Amino acid sequence: MTNNSSNSNNTNKDKLNKLAADNSIPSEIKNLISKSLSRRTVLAGVGGAGAAVALASCSSGGSSAENVRWANWTEYLDYDEETGENPSLVDFASANGIEVSYKEAILDNDEFTAPLLDKLRSKKDIGYDLVTLTDWMTARWIRLGYTATFTEGGIPNKANLISSLQNPSFDPGRTQSLPWQGIMAGVGWNTEKIPAGIKSIKDLFSPKNKGKVVVLSEMRDTMGLILTHLGIDPSKDFTEDQFMQGIDFLDKQVKDGIVIGVRGNEYTQELRDGNVWAVIGWSGDMFQLKAESDGKFDFALPEEGGIIANDNLMIPVTATNNAAVEKLINYYYDPAVAAKVAAFVNYVCPVEGAQAEMAKFDAELATSEFIFPTEKTKSQLKIFRALTAAEETKFQTAFQSVAGNA
Amino acid sequence: MAVISRPSGKVFALKDNKSAFPYLLLAPGLLWLFMFFILPIANLAQMSTKTSSGETGEFVQSYRFANFFDSFMDASGQFARSFLYATLATLIALAIAYPLAYAIAFKSGKLKNVLLVLVIAPFFVSFLLRTIAWKQILGEEGAVTAILRTLHIISPQTTLTSSAFAVVTGLAYNFLPFMTLPIYASLERIDPRTLEASGDLYANGFTTFRKVTLPLSMPGVVAGTLLTFIPAAGDYINANILGNPNTKMLGNVIEARFFKIVDYPTAAALSFTLMAAILILITFYIRKAGTEELV
Repeated sequence: MTNNSSNSNNTNKDKLNKLAADNSIPSEIKNLISKSLSRRTVLAGVGGAGAAVALASCSSGGSSAENVRWANWTEYLDYDEETGENPSLVDFASANGIEVSYKEAILDNDEFTAPLLDKLRSKKDIGYDLVTLTDWMTARWIRLGYTATFTEGGIPNKANLISSLQNPSFDPGRTQSLPWQGIMAGVGWNTEKIPAGIKSIKDLFSPKNKGKVVVLSEMRDTMGLILTHLGIDPSKDFTEDQFMQGIDFLDKQVKDGIVIGVRGNEYTQELRDGNVWAVIGWSGDMFQLKAESDGKFDFALPEEGGIIANDNLMIPVTATNNAAVEKLINYYYDPAVAAKVAAFVNYVCPVEGAQAEMAKFDAELATSEFIFPTEKTKSQLKIFRALTAAEETKFQTAFQSVAGNA
Repeated sequence: MAVISRPSGKVFALKDNKSAFPYLLLAPGLLWLFMFFILPIANLAQMSTKTSSGETGEFVQSYRFANFFDSFMDASGQFARSFLYATLATLIALAIAYPLAYAIAFKSGKLKNVLLVLVIAPFFVSFLLRTIAWKQILGEEGAVTAILRTLHIISPQTTLTSSAFAVVTGLAYNFLPFMTLPIYASLERIDPRTLEASGDLYANGFTTFRKVTLPLSMPGVVAGTLLTFIPAAGDYINANILGNPNTKMLGNVIEARFFKIVDYPTAAALSFTLMAAILILITFYIRKAGTEELV
């Protein structure tokens, strides 16, 4: 039914995908990995497409089945290892007669977008009808007019979006983007080395942790937490001066030798190896670490507040089957479906009512703060505001300079 | 020389032959060079003088040659570090590779092939994984740190990971085979009779090495140092994975400019400056060391 790229060679590919998704890994290598992946994706896709055509011709009684081409990140949808299918997509296809060709095509926001720019500018088909990109890249797409506006009433389940995500600065009222899953950034630590735990950003940068702290190379997560610590709201219109205060603060931690690295996903490995005791990290990773280590690691939002970033579903302006795509988005905003996906991917679920649905099949997981933050937690989560092009360059340059890269 | 001894008619025939055949033989190579070297370089060159149009990822050609100077000044620290680390790594690799190659060439007996395979063996593992492995080798729970701490060579507070030490050792390790193999090849070619002759002339072992073996192996040393230094100077994986913010190299700056800051002109200008700097250094080095016997 679906041309899922994850259907073949799953374990190996997962490993490659993890490598490929690792921000710390140089892009050149990521390209190599993604190239080998995409070749396989093509091969797997050929088989899948054939099957889809065969099935469609049996079931749809002659009417041409619509097809939605969806680009998403790796391991970001429920997946059945035995059948090699995405159960929720199978259900969607049989209920609506819409085939979805699902591609785990996104390994990096910039690297996914860059080759599509010319086509987006000249409004030529980019090969996808639905893309899933992170807030800041979503903001850029919307700013540049690369996204289609949702049809009024086309996605009735949009009403299920949790209230805190309804009005981000880059898309007030959510007319062009809807969150797929959310990733919280907070603090993680080794409970053996730091038994008292870390309650705030101040604790994180305590001289006691000198040389044992790593922060994320994702600027918005690291700087968002630091700005919050300095009493500056990263979701509001902070000024350049305020941002630079945050940069100076981080720079001091680096110069003092407290922060030993500015890295991507590999911070989890450094925690495991014992080289690093405390991090600014992502909820999903820490959920894994905590689960596999018998409580050796823990994660919390600092008391100053945490950062949440979402990956958003968007319809490119070049799509021609918007009604079908909106049906698909609407389907995933059904709480029962959202619960199924969330139970699989363990990221923050943006759909109201999914928690109650999950409780029906996994009561324990449904209480997980990693998937369903409580009201109190949610009130502490901020979305980093959209930046102008000039700000993006200036801020990123300053951040990279602290990381030693500029 | 050989040409002269041939029947002269043939030589003339060759000289007169203006067929395109040799060029056809060259064509695949030239095409390859054109597609994957000349074109990208030209593309990079025209990018290096552009300026931002105001929108992320869009640039306009404004022939701003100041890009070269500005980017160099901004990244001078990383520039210096690239050359310092690459030089250190080359020296370390040389110090390890020469005795190793010597032992393989002269003292290994039946084990020669096994040892050669062992030198190349790390290449069967991806560069990235080999580098990540060093993180564990030098890590808190690794043997190196434990031994050095027990011997009080480093203090209990000192960590080896995320340091300049880790970056340089990583570079030396990753490029070691490039140093070992050329040296081995030139040592292996040495005629044993020259060594015997040296002994006959009452030179002791050390003098023989200094006066005969070392000079004869110099082509290998020159080739090895070039093959190590050039990639090491442009490397950014070791600094990224094994270093900290204060040990970043120029490769990291270029990578961040390309992919994080989306400032292609600066990245392109820096790439050119790095290329030019390496070329100048290498030219100087080869003038000094001589290349007659390199090929």
